[in-house]
Amino acid sequence: MTVDTAQRRRRHHLLTAAAAVAFALFLLVADRTFDAFSLRVLNLCGIYVVLALSLNLVNGFTGLFSLGHAGFMAVGAYTSALLTMTPAEKELNFFLEPIVPWLAAVTVPFPLALVAAGAVAAALGFVIAAPALRLRDDYLAIATLGFAEIIRVVLTNLQPVTNGALGLKGLPRFAGTGVVWTCAALTVLFMVLLVRSAYGRALKAIRDDEIAAAAMGVDVFRTKVVSFTISSFMAGVGGALLGHVLTTIDPKMFTFMLTFNILLVVVLGGIGSITGSVIASFAVTVLMEALRFLDGPLALRIGEFELFRTEARPGLRMVVFSAFLMAVVLFRQRGLMGTREFSWSMFSRAGLLPRRRGGDAAGGTHGAA
Amino acid sequence: MTLPLFLQHLANALSLGSLYALIAIGYTMVYGILRLINFAHGDVFMLGAYLAFYGAAIFLLPWWATLLLALLVTAAFGVGLERVAYRPLRDSPRISVMISAIGASFLIENVGIVLFGGRPKGVTVPEVMNVKIELGGVSVMSVSVVIPLITFAVLAALVFVVQKTRTGMAMRAVSTDLDAARLQAIDVNRIISFTFGAGSLLAALGGIMWSYKYPQLNPLMGTMPGLKCFIAAVIGGIGSISGAVLGGFLLGAIELLTIAFLPTLTGYRDAFAFVLLIVVLLVKPSGLLGGTQVEKV
Amino acid sequence: MHRFARVVATLAVVLLGGCKSQKASEPTTVKLGVFEPMTGANAAGGAMEVEGIKLAHAMFPTVKVGDKELKVELVLVDNKSDKVEAANAAQRLVDQEKVTAVLGSWGSSLSMAAGPIVKEKQIPAVAMSATNPLVTKGNDYYFRVCFIDPFQGTVMANYAAKELQAKKAVIVREVSNDYSVGLARFFADQFKKLTGDEAAILSELNYNTGDQDFTAQLTTLKAMKPDVIFAPGNYTESALLIKQARELGITAPFLGGDTWEATEFLDVGKDAVEGAVLSTFFATEVPITETSKTFLDAYRKQYSKEPAAVTALGFDGYLVVRAAIEKAGTLEGPKLRDALASTSAFPGAAGLITFDANRDATKSAVIKVVKGGKFTYLTTVQP
Repeated sequence: MTVDTAQRRRRHHLLTAAAAVAFALFLLVADRTFDAFSLRVLNLCGIYVVLALSLNLVNGFTGLFSLGHAGFMAVGAYTSALLTMTPAEKELNFFLEPIVPWLAAVTVPFPLALVAAGAVAAALGFVIAAPALRLRDDYLAIATLGFAEIIRVVLTNLQPVTNGALGLKGLPRFAGTGVVWTCAALTVLFMVLLVRSAYGRALKAIRDDEIAAAAMGVDVFRTKVVSFTISSFMAGVGGALLGHVLTTIDPKMFTFMLTFNILLVVVLGGIGSITGSVIASFAVTVLMEALRFLDGPLALRIGEFELFRTEARPGLRMVVFSAFLMAVVLFRQRGLMGTREFSWSMFSRAGLLPRRRGGDAAGGTHGAA
Repeated sequence: MTLPLFLQHLANALSLGSLYALIAIGYTMVYGILRLINFAHGDVFMLGAYLAFYGAAIFLLPWWATLLLALLVTAAFGVGLERVAYRPLRDSPRISVMISAIGASFLIENVGIVLFGGRPKGVTVPEVMNVKIELGGVSVMSVSVVIPLITFAVLAALVFVVQKTRTGMAMRAVSTDLDAARLQAIDVNRIISFTFGAGSLLAALGGIMWSYKYPQLNPLMGTMPGLKCFIAAVIGGIGSISGAVLGGFLLGAIELLTIAFLPTLTGYRDAFAFVLLIVVLLVKPSGLLGGTQVEKV
Repeated sequence: MHRFARVVATLAVVLLGGCKSQKASEPTTVKLGVFEPMTGANAAGGAMEVEGIKLAHAMFPTVKVGDKELKVELVLVDNKSDKVEAANAAQRLVDQEKVTAVLGSWGSSLSMAAGPIVKEKQIPAVAMSATNPLVTKGNDYYFRVCFIDPFQGTVMANYAAKELQAKKAVIVREVSNDYSVGLARFFADQFKKLTGDEAAILSELNYNTGDQDFTAQLTTLKAMKPDVIFAPGNYTESALLIKQARELGITAPFLGGDTWEATEFLDVGKDAVEGAVLSTFFATEVPITETSKTFLDAYRKQYSKEPAAVTALGFDGYLVVRAAIEKAGTLEGPKLRDALASTSAFPGAAGLITFDANRDATKSAVIKVVKGGKFTYLTTVQP
């Protein structure tokens, strides 16, 4: 490593730290000044960052096609809910059929509940991974989808434990801006470290060519299982956060539609790119709200004149999103970032930051595939 | 469980199973050729049913005419779908094609919601399908007798086409090895289009028969049946047409007979199909009639 | 690279748009938020309620606040029958649109998603047809203009036991639908009490939302030979359920709840649903108040068909809020809430509305039967 590279690395680290501090300040300001709606959207972005990264870990970096994310989210959400609700709230909710006695009095502090949510989801992921990961990609997709459906059906029917179809309301509002974005930041950090580690290289090797990876000595099956389990952990945490932001959950929330939304984010951002997932999380969450007008009557106006006005066509918004997904998959398969990652060198190359002597020609793709 | 009761349960199971079988055939044909889980199959099924409905409602066609029309239009749609959503991705990683399939499925569903409206529509079942048949304490509707007949007719026809015609031989070649087939001067694109058209036609047929049995249309009606029929095809051996038929009947039987004997599990019904799938994938991934080599029949 | 910069810039603009400066200005219109499912599984119910709200708005487009006559503006957002969307939609209404009150939603679970939001911002909300008790429990700002399931369940149980003299019943419920599960329980409790028989409910059979094949459950049911079948599910599944039951040769009468009342139920069920009995909020043959007549005339004129019960409730929801605003003389949340809470014997299209301590309306229920392919009035049941 030349002195130049070391200096560049240090500079990049400083820039990253500065950016992180700037963002944290932004969040602080936002928390104080944003109206509740914008804040909600912002926090939803954060939750989607966690969820998208967890899906990307499995689908993007390991190359497995898993469609069962909603199931792990559901498990995480319910675990956290049942562990944090006060006995009074539980009694309020379980008015049809009383809750099982061993859950009635349990109340744990939120951070513990969050970890528990992840842990339970991870345990489930581990159990599912062992049989499912032996399957080929398309079968894996359907099998994981099946597991998610089974989980949902079970949650719907286990009235004494989950309150069944009635759902739970009154989840404590512990998931504020700070909590959500700390989790998001931790997830990003974790993913960056993971991807750059030897383990991350193993994952990418498996994704690119399983047989070659095995020939290189990678324990393919075990690596896959670990990756799947970690992904499930994060999905569980994401689900718990979502539950606490909404303060109410029910099994109908966790359908394939939810997994599809996250898949949309991952595909748009670039399968295999952390930066892509982060950016796309913001983009999709914001666009979902911004494009709401598509569901109402659309009018073309010039000044005061209304040229024509279409009828309200509810559902047009989702048509646009699906079409967008198709367009990306067909025309720009790699999504926004492909497999590239963000790097401060991008700014240097674009001339926004001063170039170092020695050139940045060789630099640029830190930690990318 | 008395005998007449069991027989009624059995009749129900066969009726549902034959419907699953019919739809599963289309799924397995497409998979055999392209190794693609056509997530949009269930939505093509929905389109066929809606087209038949509108043919009767708007153009006032008699049921057999609107059925034929719907079949043809849906077949054309299926060919178009393949051209637009799958052909450009033929050389891409499998994950891209699957995402395209999921995207296509959602797109069709949402367009359906916008065009047809989210509220369900009632179907007028043709007289000949709506006759109640009672035999020794067992009641079935005539449509439930027609469907297995159609399924087996389709099965026979496809067996003939695949084994005895040149197109069928080409299909087998393409499904065994696409590049080798190309080298044999087989017009691979045409064969794939044909398979998609045929598969979509069968999906539409399944959809219309479904709407005669359960006379209610809604844009999301194809999601669960599509998934279940894919499971049926996998159970029977994906790529094998007779496997799809067997899988369909088996799935229908297991779904309904389990509830018949264990009525407390009625709420878990949808989960049975998935549990069965996972069990089969673990024990015998190639399915009941599948071999390691994908063969048609 | 440029694309990246552009994306960041766009996002920055959008996010910064959230930093809205608070404008304190004189209101010239009164905004009422309407948050209903216009797409998704509950689209039909949402559409019916919105019809009622819009009709009321067309007939009473202004409201008197203090000494000013202000125009009412309806802000409609679609919650897509999805909980996350429901929360976003409600938040948007309350924060971005700054509505004075919220009307909605069809579907108790969606209303519950909005619950904490309206409570926090102290904006009163009125649900029209959500019958799950949890919607108003513990939330001072949520009201409803309809009865709740504990009452509705007993209405049908009474009918089954007293009118039909039924001794044994089977319940077929939509296990993934909170409304169905709740109503089934209340029916079961009351039915067992009335017949004095703990085993009066022979069985509780389940199905899931979206199911279309009920032959297995029905065949099992047929063998049990119940006197009556209670199937409080949504009309989408119920019509098929009853049709298949008749096809299997089951002759026992079917009883259901207000979710059966939709034209699609008759459209899909056709002859099979003849004789089906259901409880609901309102019957057009029996206009309860002067408002009922006004509502019916206006609706028939505009749509040339009979209105659904939830449409009448939507109509009432709008009127009740409007009346409360006039009573309070202000648009302030807490004062409006108090005005609403004190509503007593308000003449709505679907009956007199009085909010009890839990902010639920004590209303009478109407029992209808399907006769000649139409929902026909049978009798009224007082609370």
